[in-house]
Amino acid sequence: MKDWRYRLAEQRGTLLALAIFLFMFVVYVSKHPAGFTANVVQTAANKGVLLALVAMGQTMVVLTAGIDLSAGMIFIFTNCLGSYIIAGSTPIALLGVVGVLLVGLVCGALNGLIVIYGRLQPIVTTIATGSIYYGVALWLRPQPGNSDSFNSDIADFMTGRLPGGVPVSLVALFVVVLVVWLPFRRSAIGRAVYATGSSEVAAYMSGVPIARAKFWAYTLSGLLSSIGGLYLTFITYSGDASFASGGTYTLYSIAAVVLGGVSLFGGVGSAVGAIFGALAFRTIGDLLFVFDLDPLWQPLFQGVVLLLAVCVGSARLFQIRNRLDLFA
Amino acid sequence: MDVATPLFRMEAVSKRYGGVRALEEAELTVHGGRVHAVLGENGAGKSTLIKVMAGVVAPDKGRMTLEGREVVFPDPASAIAAGVVCIFQELSLVPDLSVADNIVISNPPKRFGLIDRRAQRRIAEQALARAGGEDIHPLAPVKDLPLSRRQIVEIAKALARNPRILILDEATSALTAADVTRVFAVLKRLRSEGLALLYISHRMHEIAELADECTVFRNGRNVATYLAGSKTDNEVVEMMIGREYSHVFPPKSPAKLSDKPPVLEVRTLSWGQRLRDISLTARAGEVVGLGGLDGQGQRELLLALFGVLMGVTGEVLIDGKRTLVKSPRAAKSRKIGMALIPEDRKTEGLMLPMAVRANLSFAAIDRLCHWGVIDREAERKAVEDMIRLLAIRTDGVDVPVGSLSGGNQQKVVIAKWLMVSPRIILLNDPTRGIDVGTKQEIYQLLRKLAESGAAIIFYSTDYDELVGCCNRVLVLYDGMVKRTLVEDEITERALVASALNIATDQGEAGSMPAANP
Amino acid sequence: MTMRLPVPLRRIDPAVATAFACIVLLLLLGSLYSREFLSPAYLLQQLKVASFLGVIATGMMVVILLGQIDLSVPWVVAVGGMMACAATAHGELGTILAIPFGLLCGIALGLVNGIGVAYLRIPSMIITLAVNAVAQGLMVAYTGGFSPQDSASRAMRFIATGDIVFGLPNALIVWALLGAGTVFMFTRTGFGRAIYAIGNRERAAYLSGINTQRVVMMAFAISGGLSAFAGELLAGYASKAAQAMGDAYLLPSIAAVVLGGTSILGGRGSYVGTIAGVILITLLQSILSVMQMEEFGRQVIYGFVIIGMLLLYGRERRLR
Repeated sequence: MKDWRYRLAEQRGTLLALAIFLFMFVVYVSKHPAGFTANVVQTAANKGVLLALVAMGQTMVVLTAGIDLSAGMIFIFTNCLGSYIIAGSTPIALLGVVGVLLVGLVCGALNGLIVIYGRLQPIVTTIATGSIYYGVALWLRPQPGNSDSFNSDIADFMTGRLPGGVPVSLVALFVVVLVVWLPFRRSAIGRAVYATGSSEVAAYMSGVPIARAKFWAYTLSGLLSSIGGLYLTFITYSGDASFASGGTYTLYSIAAVVLGGVSLFGGVGSAVGAIFGALAFRTIGDLLFVFDLDPLWQPLFQGVVLLLAVCVGSARLFQIRNRLDLFA
Repeated sequence: MDVATPLFRMEAVSKRYGGVRALEEAELTVHGGRVHAVLGENGAGKSTLIKVMAGVVAPDKGRMTLEGREVVFPDPASAIAAGVVCIFQELSLVPDLSVADNIVISNPPKRFGLIDRRAQRRIAEQALARAGGEDIHPLAPVKDLPLSRRQIVEIAKALARNPRILILDEATSALTAADVTRVFAVLKRLRSEGLALLYISHRMHEIAELADECTVFRNGRNVATYLAGSKTDNEVVEMMIGREYSHVFPPKSPAKLSDKPPVLEVRTLSWGQRLRDISLTARAGEVVGLGGLDGQGQRELLLALFGVLMGVTGEVLIDGKRTLVKSPRAAKSRKIGMALIPEDRKTEGLMLPMAVRANLSFAAIDRLCHWGVIDREAERKAVEDMIRLLAIRTDGVDVPVGSLSGGNQQKVVIAKWLMVSPRIILLNDPTRGIDVGTKQEIYQLLRKLAESGAAIIFYSTDYDELVGCCNRVLVLYDGMVKRTLVEDEITERALVASALNIATDQGEAGSMPAANP
Repeated sequence: MTMRLPVPLRRIDPAVATAFACIVLLLLLGSLYSREFLSPAYLLQQLKVASFLGVIATGMMVVILLGQIDLSVPWVVAVGGMMACAATAHGELGTILAIPFGLLCGIALGLVNGIGVAYLRIPSMIITLAVNAVAQGLMVAYTGGFSPQDSASRAMRFIATGDIVFGLPNALIVWALLGAGTVFMFTRTGFGRAIYAIGNRERAAYLSGINTQRVVMMAFAISGGLSAFAGELLAGYASKAAQAMGDAYLLPSIAAVVLGGTSILGGRGSYVGTIAGVILITLLQSILSVMQMEEFGRQVIYGFVIIGMLLLYGRERRLR
């Protein structure tokens, strides 16, 4: 009987994020002039999936007690690359998709190798690599655009709807969770990632393969951010090396991750929670439109809600009875 | 089992950390089917020895052989794979994972490439049962378990790895007597199955019960190996400290009772379940000891007095006036004048990379400042005075305090607090891990401080210290003061007996914490 | 018997030495491209531009020494600039109080960060991010999304662009004074000691009777104030504020502090190193731009240089 209690407690952060998201979304849809129609859901899904994917990538790294400040730049880089190579006939374009994913893997792996073998701190490493990825993106696309033979069929399909009204983007997100996140989480290397983030010293003494765990965390992170970049290409039909956009996605992915119940100290949380955190965060911004508030207030509203959400998380503090527990 | 052939052997192993020689040509031979105890003071090299055996640390020189074949362990995983399993003193459990996750962590059972949770659960439950932890739920997150349960999980984890050599480094320090009995039963059975066990402990009676042979380490070297029971305790202690052992405590003068109200008086102090209705007084010139088994609330009492705990009820009177100690900062103030020498000098008493000077002046920094700016001359003088007063051995005041020996580091912590001229001095096991010479200096210091009017509350896990230093001892059990011993009543036998009696009265056969030289 | 360097050399942080060596190297490389690089006029111009980053990096260093981070720099800079300019639109009194007003806004935002980190124990990364978003929201709402029309006060322009003392840029003098004050704070005040102590081991600092929470809160207030002040300088330089004027300063300020030898984990670092890091980054950006290197090349080289330098002296210890 106690089993489910423990399993529930384990998923606490994710469930809370889900609750927040559902609440926001219900409010959004009920106030939307068009209501709960397929179009509304599809648009929301397409936009939300972008941040959700980058947030999933960020989760991987944060679980190891690291941080990835290059996530947004990998996102932009793969977007620009995709705008070139997802072109031609559908089979060729599909190869292009694979190419984009491979590049994402490589970017993540590079981050991982420098952190592990260079023994540099993740925060500064990823600032530097982010710069490099952005530079290459800018070289690829000094001006936004796409290739002449850009294959819009794939893009249209991936951003469209299935019969029955379910947005393909949500299905794709679901597939990613099924194929990437769940196997990872249940694998030995996934366990090693959680152990490394929770206590690297204890993990080391217990014989956990720390280097391999970190390597896979960073590599998969790059992959997930690149899927996000792919989707950006599908939605916008072009590649745009926007520094501001990359920075925004990086920072928002951190916010999404925290909202999703993933601890910045590592070892706690789930990418599924980060997805809900991302969707909730996106929906907050959209809420303003349905309440007919001046769009000027959107950034402020988003910021205040984030601030409040973050402060609420520290309510745990009131249970502290030994002040020494406040300090590491 | 062939007792003659050694299962594991360490030869001429050396390891240095900077200028400190942790192991110097160390040698150790371990046989299957025997329990081999390792004794030595803190700093004698025992934990480095273990770390080398477990692959946590790489030796500078020397070799290890397992069943006659030379082995090298580049990391802990390889040691575990070879069957050398260690139960560390600082637990190696991952806090955010569950008990079952932790037990199988180095080799989880797999199915189709993914972790098989049901098989994992089975393995965990079996291991827990073997270790005496049936009350522990396999899905509970380790960080929510109390220390004694975590130690059981650590033991279960080691057992689940099917070790050939099992190393226990102070593995029973937080266990109740009942737990220890069960664990010992398991260890004895393992021994009869041919396992080699290496047992590091300070508890002479445990070693007497369990060990077949013993080795004493001193200054990084193996100084003696002998059959268990063939040496007296005193002989063993002398081997550990390298010279004739005699209790050297400065003569106690009974505290002169004055008409003034006690410096510190505590009435019905309570804190959750850990401290219950504690009352005590400490007068100027008195050294009040806190005794009893480990973990009965002694540490929490000191923290409560020092203002660290929240939700403390009861009254605290300083010089007869009701006072609320809200924080260490308030405790330090001239009005209250309290100091706490904390439990772990490395994480609570010092900033290791910072200079000796900065650490020494840190508590008194406000008094050395004018409008926030440090008066360098005053600081220099105060620091030099303290170094002289306590005979702190250091290579100058600007070296990082982390480069000092353990004893000198502790002197820095004490000196730091003496700079604020405290009237009430709380000490949380201050001589743990300190060499004998420094310990004696500290005893002299405490006596001098008492004579100059301070009230001292002294928690120690070493009964000899309580006997040698204290005017009164309060024996605690389960957060309450169960007995008070005064002046001549304080003997080791009385302390042990009251701790035991209390435990027996409460229905537990107590384990006897032994003298800790 | 280990080899020991003579006393004066022993005290120089290898990170700082490397940073200064790289500065010299950059100048030499630049001089190969054009003799202009070693001219006093060029060097002074670089130092002036570096001053803006230097002010921000000073605040960032204080926070990093604690083991924290301040990601609210971009929009607190903007708040400083925009609010100071806004004050000038309120008559004579407004113009006089422009600079203090902007500072106050920055300090207020910094206090929000500080209270969140010190008292609510929220990880600094996330609360400063949230405060950044709020600051952005406030400014977007205030300006209606357009470029702010108010202009900088004369005082602001004077400090940012004037050169009253021996031809040295005023901004540089401001940075120098600030730097001197910071060094004094770190080495000669109890507050400075407390910062290093907290960065090293907050638990020990607390148990030594230091009010660690107040120190952390004040450190973030300082960072906020300095970011806002930098915003005022930038507004003075351009004669008015602009949207997103602080975005380009966040990552370089972190990089400058870290390249100067300050550990991102806290507790270690000297201000001289930060000075070197700021100058290094400014020079690097400037040389790349003079070489007419395309933006993309600049970004890539910038990233490689940071990693390269950190591999030289920013590596953590091995676990064994």
